[in-house]
Amino acid sequence: MKKTGAEILIECLKKEGVKHVFGYPGGVVLNIFDVLYDEKDIKLILTRHEQGAIHAADGYARASGKVGVALVTSGPGATNTVTGIANASMDSVPLVVFSGQVPTMLIGNDAFQEADIVGITRPCTKYNYLVKDVNDLAQTVKEAFYIALTGRPGPVLIDLPKDVTVGKTDFVWPEHVKIRSYNPTYEGNKWMIKQAAHEIAKAKKPVIMAGGGVIISGASKELKELAELMHIPVTMTLMGLGGFPGTHSLSMGMLGMHGTYYSNMAVQNSDLIIGIGVRFDDRVTGKTASFAPHAKIIHIDIDPTSIRKNVRVDIPVVGDVKSVLREMLKVLKEEGVREQWSAIRKAWLKQIEQWKHERPLTYNYEENVIKPQFVVEKIYEVTKGDAIICTEVGQNQMWAAQFYKYDKPRRLLSSGGLGTMGFGFPAAIGAQFAYPDALVIDIAGDGSIQMNIQELATAVINKLPVKVAILNNHYLGMVRQWQEMFFKERYSYSNLDVVPDFVKVAEAYGAKGFRATKPRDVEPVIREALKVKDRPVFIDFLVDWKEKVFPMVPAGASIDEMIFEEKKEEEEKKLRAVK
Amino acid sequence: MRHTISVLVENKFGVLSRISGLFSGRGYNIESLSVGETIDPKISVMTIVTKGDDQIIEQITKQLNKLIDVIKVVDFIEIDHVEREMVLVKVAPKKENRIEVLKLVEIFRGRIVDSGAATFTIEITGDEGKINAFIELITPFGIKEFVRTGKVAIAREGTKRQ
Repeated sequence: MKKTGAEILIECLKKEGVKHVFGYPGGVVLNIFDVLYDEKDIKLILTRHEQGAIHAADGYARASGKVGVALVTSGPGATNTVTGIANASMDSVPLVVFSGQVPTMLIGNDAFQEADIVGITRPCTKYNYLVKDVNDLAQTVKEAFYIALTGRPGPVLIDLPKDVTVGKTDFVWPEHVKIRSYNPTYEGNKWMIKQAAHEIAKAKKPVIMAGGGVIISGASKELKELAELMHIPVTMTLMGLGGFPGTHSLSMGMLGMHGTYYSNMAVQNSDLIIGIGVRFDDRVTGKTASFAPHAKIIHIDIDPTSIRKNVRVDIPVVGDVKSVLREMLKVLKEEGVREQWSAIRKAWLKQIEQWKHERPLTYNYEENVIKPQFVVEKIYEVTKGDAIICTEVGQNQMWAAQFYKYDKPRRLLSSGGLGTMGFGFPAAIGAQFAYPDALVIDIAGDGSIQMNIQELATAVINKLPVKVAILNNHYLGMVRQWQEMFFKERYSYSNLDVVPDFVKVAEAYGAKGFRATKPRDVEPVIREALKVKDRPVFIDFLVDWKEKVFPMVPAGASIDEMIFEEKKEEEEKKLRAVK
Repeated sequence: MRHTISVLVENKFGVLSRISGLFSGRGYNIESLSVGETIDPKISVMTIVTKGDDQIIEQITKQLNKLIDVIKVVDFIEIDHVEREMVLVKVAPKKENRIEVLKLVEIFRGRIVDSGAATFTIEITGDEGKINAFIELITPFGIKEFVRTGKVAIAREGTKRQ
């Protein structure tokens, strides 16, 4: 029996094991939505904005490692996903986005709700398709999932003209897919791996720099084994947090612009950087000319274009991180004598301990005003580190990276590359669908949360117990921080002036709202919020608006040129070191 | 340094845009670009002439290879090869110069492909040096129109990478 394109599409999604599709209906996708009306195996989650849908699919993918799926209509529906697609592209998140399109005969006529979404998304997708014939549909969907998830993952968009989803044909599912021009390299070059292993064995002051590739590749175990076997300290990029346990004695936390003092010092003083699944982004390297000046650089990444894009590389290894690390461990175990490493690294690890002791991550605790770092710290304590943390972008994101310790991969979902405000909340919704029983918390700012606040409705209707901790300082905090530090305190358009009553907003949507105004309220309010299991919760933390993120490396400076919190004498004793 | 890069691609709509978008999006420069089908109508070959230091050229070839529709990338800088370009020039020489123009065409082994009362259209094929020399010599006679195909290149048989 012949099926319509819409029916074939849903059959394809089932074959791919898709359970959740995030989307929003509209004219040219009505026939697809009509098929979904009777569908039992696939749930469409109706968001309140297509940007919410795409970020939710993204959060779903980041949390689960599966492909996130979104379905939107043509024109504005499609263009509303562009930010989310670019966001997923920068952070290598596997997505398949289906956009409706006007009928093929109308394409190019400036028809109602027509947009050249394939043209618009060409530079921010891994690949995209315009399906012109219903007979190509199944093959296209199969290829799209394959491309999205393999190699360096990324978003793929499929544009579906109305006549293609209405047209009928036999459904034939291609069991295998092979694209002659697309063959990602998984196995690293053995000779290169051997060279890398030799350098690691020889190095006196090595540092492992772990990035998102470790998490995507599922290589946390191998990374830990390498670090422990060779006694190498590990620093992580924002995307890499959780790839190595944050509480491990070899962990130095995050590096870069708001990285820890000891991470940045270790990198700048090391004689060997082992970059694993990283792309040496400018927020991590600072001034590239003076990045790790004394070090050789080993760079392991599945994407050859990442190598030598930003920094010089002495030993490139193109391949899947997990497979390369396995091979490397084999070589190292064959060659080295286990005991010698601890002796060789002793001085280096001692130096790092000293840096850790010299300048730990700190903030000035006050009794009358809530410090945002204190909120993050308390969330960590109360959840015992066992939560999926989403962030928005700006100060909230950096404090969430600094003061929450991630011991497992896929526990921090943050917009790293594109830096998209409004990402965290819908991403948290997506993550909650992937893990209904997990505790999912979005650490937000009052600016960011307003960028996709409409998704409260999505969370309420689906009874999602997502928690949103709003670090409310009435400012675009990171912008304000830069203006204070680099623009002579000229706070040009960074004061939000009117900030809604978030407790009332939450309640207006049928969610729960809490507020904390004093440090002593913080913990009890978090505990109360965690008790709510049947609806989303907003917690409005009125925090010190003057607080800044430290350490900070000014733009264009070397990463050891850090600025620290100013300490007044009397406040010195209150300075809290974070254990 | 100038590089001639040959890119074998799937002959699908949108591929040219992916390639040109890669160059414009990343701030690389295209000096010339020529595209045509190969013997296999499913595959096209693009010959791109671009400029950049080693790091930029390395990025260009890697980024090209990363595109899903790209089957193969060859940078001819390492390969002994033949390069050709064709130009069509419409000149309107003064009456007393017409003979001289025809001689020039002959010297460059060009052809007159069209001639009118006051103009000749000349076809010249060759490598960059020859084309440039011809342009230099023909310019004083009065060029009315000028088009060039962009370079195409092919490796010499039996030569190895240098």
